[in-house]
Amino acid sequence: MSEEMTTQEAWHQGSQGAKAAYARRRITVDPITRLEGHGKIDIFLDQAGEVERAYFQVPELRGFEKFAEGRPAEDMPQITSRICGVCPTAHHMAATKTLDALYKVDPPPAAKKIRELVYSAFMAEDHLLHFYFLGGPDFVVGPEAPAAQRNILGVIATVGEETGRQVIAMRRRLREIITMVGGKVIHPVLGLPGGVAKRVTAEQQTEIRRTAADAVEFARFTLDLFRKVVLGNPGYVELILSDAFTHRTYYMGVMDEKNRPNFYDGQIRVVSPEGGEWAKFAPADYLDYVAEHVEPWSYVKFCYLKPFGWQGFTDGMESGIFSVAPLARLNAADAMSTPLAQEAFEEMYATLGGKPVHHTLANHWARVVEVLNATERLKELADDPELIDPNVRTLPTETPREGVGVVEAPRGTLFHHYVTDSRGIIEKANLIVATQNNSARMAMSVEKAAKGLISKGVVSEGILNKVEMAFRAYDPCHACATHSLPGSMPLVVEVHGPAGETLSRLRRDSDGSLHRE
Amino acid sequence: MPDKPKVAFYWCASCGGCEEAVVDLAEKILDVVAAVDIVFWPVALDFKKSDVEAMEDGSILASFVNGAIRTTEQEEMALLLRRKSKVLVAFGSCAHLGGIPALANLWDREAIFDTAYRTTASTVNPEGTLPQVSLAHNGDRVHLPGFYNTVRALDQVTEVDYYIPGCAPTPNIIAGAVETLLGGDLPPAGTVLTPDIALCEDCPRLDTKPQELTIERFRRPHEVIADEGTCLLAQGLLCMGPATRSGCGHLCINGNMPCTGCFGPTSKVRDQGAKYLSAIASMLGFEDEAAIDRALDGIPDPVGTFYRYGLAGSLLRRRKMTPVDA
Ligand code: SF4
Ligand code: SF4
Repeated sequence: MSEEMTTQEAWHQGSQGAKAAYARRRITVDPITRLEGHGKIDIFLDQAGEVERAYFQVPELRGFEKFAEGRPAEDMPQITSRICGVCPTAHHMAATKTLDALYKVDPPPAAKKIRELVYSAFMAEDHLLHFYFLGGPDFVVGPEAPAAQRNILGVIATVGEETGRQVIAMRRRLREIITMVGGKVIHPVLGLPGGVAKRVTAEQQTEIRRTAADAVEFARFTLDLFRKVVLGNPGYVELILSDAFTHRTYYMGVMDEKNRPNFYDGQIRVVSPEGGEWAKFAPADYLDYVAEHVEPWSYVKFCYLKPFGWQGFTDGMESGIFSVAPLARLNAADAMSTPLAQEAFEEMYATLGGKPVHHTLANHWARVVEVLNATERLKELADDPELIDPNVRTLPTETPREGVGVVEAPRGTLFHHYVTDSRGIIEKANLIVATQNNSARMAMSVEKAAKGLISKGVVSEGILNKVEMAFRAYDPCHACATHSLPGSMPLVVEVHGPAGETLSRLRRDSDGSLHRE
Repeated sequence: MPDKPKVAFYWCASCGGCEEAVVDLAEKILDVVAAVDIVFWPVALDFKKSDVEAMEDGSILASFVNGAIRTTEQEEMALLLRRKSKVLVAFGSCAHLGGIPALANLWDREAIFDTAYRTTASTVNPEGTLPQVSLAHNGDRVHLPGFYNTVRALDQVTEVDYYIPGCAPTPNIIAGAVETLLGGDLPPAGTVLTPDIALCEDCPRLDTKPQELTIERFRRPHEVIADEGTCLLAQGLLCMGPATRSGCGHLCINGNMPCTGCFGPTSKVRDQGAKYLSAIASMLGFEDEAAIDRALDGIPDPVGTFYRYGLAGSLLRRRKMTPVDA
């Protein structure tokens, strides 16, 4: 075999082969792209020193849609997962479902159950990560606590080391399910058009069932903790309800036939700011409903509901701006699909004054409701005898051309859309990630927070934290896009006078250090 | 306390998976925290760049850097940690070889902008607006950070002592590497801290791999239902096992999918893609051009397949390929 060649020979032969291959395919290799890693806020003041306009920019563009071109479609589940290593399973699953649509192939029942099982485990562990470690510090440790304590260690200090260990152990066990069934947990490999790469054995099912049962218990514990720590503190409740974090937008989520959220599959439902159903549509029709708007001052595109046209950054019935993620999903739903989650859902809306809830910070609560839902669903699937059916693949026979796949990522609706040639090589890809769906509303939140907090041209350093809270509740993925977690998102705030001159500049680096320039 | 070895973690252009990989040490992470003094870890702990700057050169035992290098800021941090550390470790495929995001190197900035802001299906942009580095907007002057033009592996920026491969590295590999470094009996510089054998060599399916492998046609993963016990290459699936370093625990193989090569090559191989092509040559009879073409039909994307993780660090990247007969 090749092992018997000297390295030099192997190299020589290989490089000739490579050259020939590339010559036939005319590849140009040219350097590129990554942006400076600071989120950026530009604030413009009027003559009186009040905020006229604030721009929130996330310098995020990695070009995945471009470098998908030329790749075989079946590689997309593994390539697009590298968009995010915190939620790789969401991209993996959206891509896999897109392949089903592309090849017009329906996976066998066991394959669907295996996928949803993996997806439920992922949803639960990711939400737990957010609740305890990412967004949690704001609430569990407290919004006013010094930055040095608003981190994982601060959470552990508050909830106790024993609980801290339990969180770690629970996440590990949920993630072990993904490794066992999906090959790898960071960038899984199970997805193929028409099914999954391997079956689940009876032995594995026994272990999964054990983890699932414990996960439901842990989710209950988490809800109790949320009640105690957050709802038990009137200050926090007031903060959730405060106007600075409130917008009356449309809400979107993937629902089952009874309009209950389903993270893995279903139709997309949109409700209006008044709570009524505005549309319910199949993923393949998404282009009739969702559009992306480009602003010259941001690398992030802004999604809106297409029939309204782009109306600018405004909320209300006439604006097409919508929101996704846990709160939006619950707002878009009539009920939850599992009993404990249903109870928690009712409690939340009873406390916050009915549906829809427009307070962004209620996302933290909605997330806990979803932890219950995900773990209960996990348990249902784990207990299902059909899970271990060996038939987990339907081989595609159709010629591929175009497909759309949608899942609910922890941070909201995620769209993948590929067009291929007849060999299944990507010609065009379109990806709308959860964060983009929220970006218009997020920009509004930041402007609102700036207007509420800045007066007479005085900008305190505290504005950074408050402004940051305005978008952290939506989505730590933004932080992830710029490579940082709460309290350390690199951020530049520039304040400009009426003539455009820079009055002050605050910069916080990724290491958390603050600079006034 | 003062005698505990100092350790730093940092991320550059990373998807966050490598940070998750550290968190995936799970309960073991508490042991690591007990054994070392973590002086810098922006994700988790509140230390500042200035704290690192104030440290004596070489006073950190080991710095682990994940992600590729794309911005001046990242380059600066890499150089700073290099100076302050006895040992600089490239952590994960992106730092090691460039990683999947380096596939963006196949295009230029204009092409990426055009796709992202003009031609994608859901974009509505009749004016063809593109983000501007600086523009006047309603009388306001707004600035966006500009683009930088390379995706590089860590050792294309500064000297690297050790590599922890993988996208993402697995807990066993991380734990083993940390143990090796703390043990003080340091391997030669340049070592990749995993077994130096090909994935095939300790693969659970090795017994079913024919001595003389002849492949008439490669098959793509969606075209076959792979047997869970048989060598994937023997089933015509392009498994990167022969050209990839072992150590991950055969994760993808256990998932019944071919290895895509994230651990990079063994020390005997300079270029993983070239090595693989030569392996294919031996499977097909390399003199026969028709056979190569037949093979390439089952491998429609040679660059994305053989250089899935290694484009930035590969010989191709160094040669700065230009259009071949454009
Ligand atoms: S090596 Fe893989 S897991 Fe690590 S940062 Fe790169 S893409 Fe993410
Ligand atoms: S089997 Fe290959 S691609 Fe998969 S984790 Fe191991 S080295 Fe990486």
